Amino acid sequence: MLQLNDIYKVFNEGTPDEKVAIDEISLDVKKGDFITIIGSNGAGKSTLFNIIAGKMFPDMGGVVINEQDVTGLPEYKRARRIGRVFQDPMAGTSPTLTIEENLAIAYSRVKPRTLRPGVTAKRRTFFKEQLETLGLGLEDRLRAKVGLLSGGERQALSLLMATFTKPDLLLLDEHTAALDPSRAALITRLTKEIVEREQLTTIMITHNMQQAVDLGNRILMMDKGQIIFEEEGARKKHLTVSDLLNEFGKMKGTELSDRTLLGG
Amino acid sequence: MWMSIFTSVEVGLMFALMALGVYLSFRILDFPDLTVDGSFVTGAAVAAIMLVNGANPLIAVTAAFAAGFIAGVITGLLHTVGGINPLLSGILMMIALYSINLRIMDAPNVSLLTQTHLFTWIREGIGGTWAIMGVMVAVVLIVKVMLDFFLKTEFGLALRAVGDNHLMITSFSGNIHFYKVFGLGLSNALVALAGALVAQYSGFADVNAGIGMIVIGLASVIIGEAIFGKKTIIRTTLAVIVGAIIYRIIVALALRVEFLETGDLKLITAIIVILALVLPKAIAKQKETMRKRQRRLRLSAQKG
Repeated sequence: MLQLNDIYKVFNEGTPDEKVAIDEISLDVKKGDFITIIGSNGAGKSTLFNIIAGKMFPDMGGVVINEQDVTGLPEYKRARRIGRVFQDPMAGTSPTLTIEENLAIAYSRVKPRTLRPGVTAKRRTFFKEQLETLGLGLEDRLRAKVGLLSGGERQALSLLMATFTKPDLLLLDEHTAALDPSRAALITRLTKEIVEREQLTTIMITHNMQQAVDLGNRILMMDKGQIIFEEEGARKKHLTVSDLLNEFGKMKGTELSDRTLLGG
Repeated sequence: MWMSIFTSVEVGLMFALMALGVYLSFRILDFPDLTVDGSFVTGAAVAAIMLVNGANPLIAVTAAFAAGFIAGVITGLLHTVGGINPLLSGILMMIALYSINLRIMDAPNVSLLTQTHLFTWIREGIGGTWAIMGVMVAVVLIVKVMLDFFLKTEFGLALRAVGDNHLMITSFSGNIHFYKVFGLGLSNALVALAGALVAQYSGFADVNAGIGMIVIGLASVIIGEAIFGKKTIIRTTLAVIVGAIIYRIIVALALRVEFLETGDLKLITAIIVILALVLPKAIAKQKETMRKRQRRLRLSAQKG
């Protein structure tokens, strides 16, 4: 479904600040995979996402989505088939537009936008059904401006908007990190439900090791622009947080605590 | 007095089209576009020169609209492709248009007093005191309804999101460069249309007529929003139109004050904009303070 072939990306090349962000990463994501990525700050996780989404282009290597080479394709063109949810709950929605207008924008992402009304009676019914699956009562507030919603509500809406057109690939960039624990748990639960229901191929960055262990069928650990540990299938299923910490320690040759990995 | 208010409303309706253009760039795209000072005159110049050469007034006005669109598109390209900051893109285009407008007119001003134009048509065809007013109300309402509809289409929603959250619209396959360029084109097309109408109404096109036009546009938008609010698009576009008319009336009344001269107009405009920006905030703050004070009083009364 998604292939990354020897991706290499360096920032500030030729200056004292030179930093290799992605160091020849190759990855083959199969249809239906749910991959969680962990790693300390600066490990290259977000850069990897930006390269997949088309916000940045790799210095070397290629990105292939559904057998199509998209390495040079700009972000907005790839976005038809890639859903994204960001860490900042404010980032995924448009605050001065209403809930139904935001949903209409997400709904019309798959083809060129036309001069037909964005919100029609038929679509409104569909939006309502979709909002009901969130269980937050947003279906009764279709005409409320999104800027009035709480962070948790906005993130739930972002998640719905990113997924309800059934994208080929869903990228979740620490999308629960900015929420309080109960809201984060809600978004995690909704993510799990939606990904299972829609059978979405998903990659999720998280700093929460428990979340990384609980969700998905594959796990990647990144450090210094490389994938240093990978597990999938049955072995991934039985993985625990302490296993992860041990693995990380082995790779680095030192004992590490949860804190050092997270603190970076 | 009555007469000057009547003309203010007529002219205000023409300037309302310009104000809608400024609303598009300034509010919808969040792009403070100074091209307006130039494109207003471009509209006037194109229409005037075509009328002088015997063109049909409707074609002349359409050409003015198109010329404004092109001017806006170039500003948009300077910003998106050229990577120049929004204010500077607008200023550069405004300065460039000054020379271009002179070239179009081939003189600092062109008289239309002896020409057949849109308003001579209306005066002769319909006649009566209310003819121009009636036609202008119809034109402005048609533009308003079309704009309201447009801003609710799939395309229009994406355009609104560009000014609101460009990160989000990119992640939903919106090309922000394209929307900005198109939005600025449409904005300046409306401004040029207003320029073409005002030139015909006043009987001349002048190369300096555009100076301070952006501030007048802003004044209209801000006055309108301050009075009518901006809850929905339909309400805001109406607010902008009425704002443009109110601005004209304020100016007309101000000019009747004895010690003020025509040359003071720009100063008056600036002061109106400053008041419209500062007063609503001050009033809201005052209301908030009053509300809190009353709440404290109520609470202490309950306790006591």
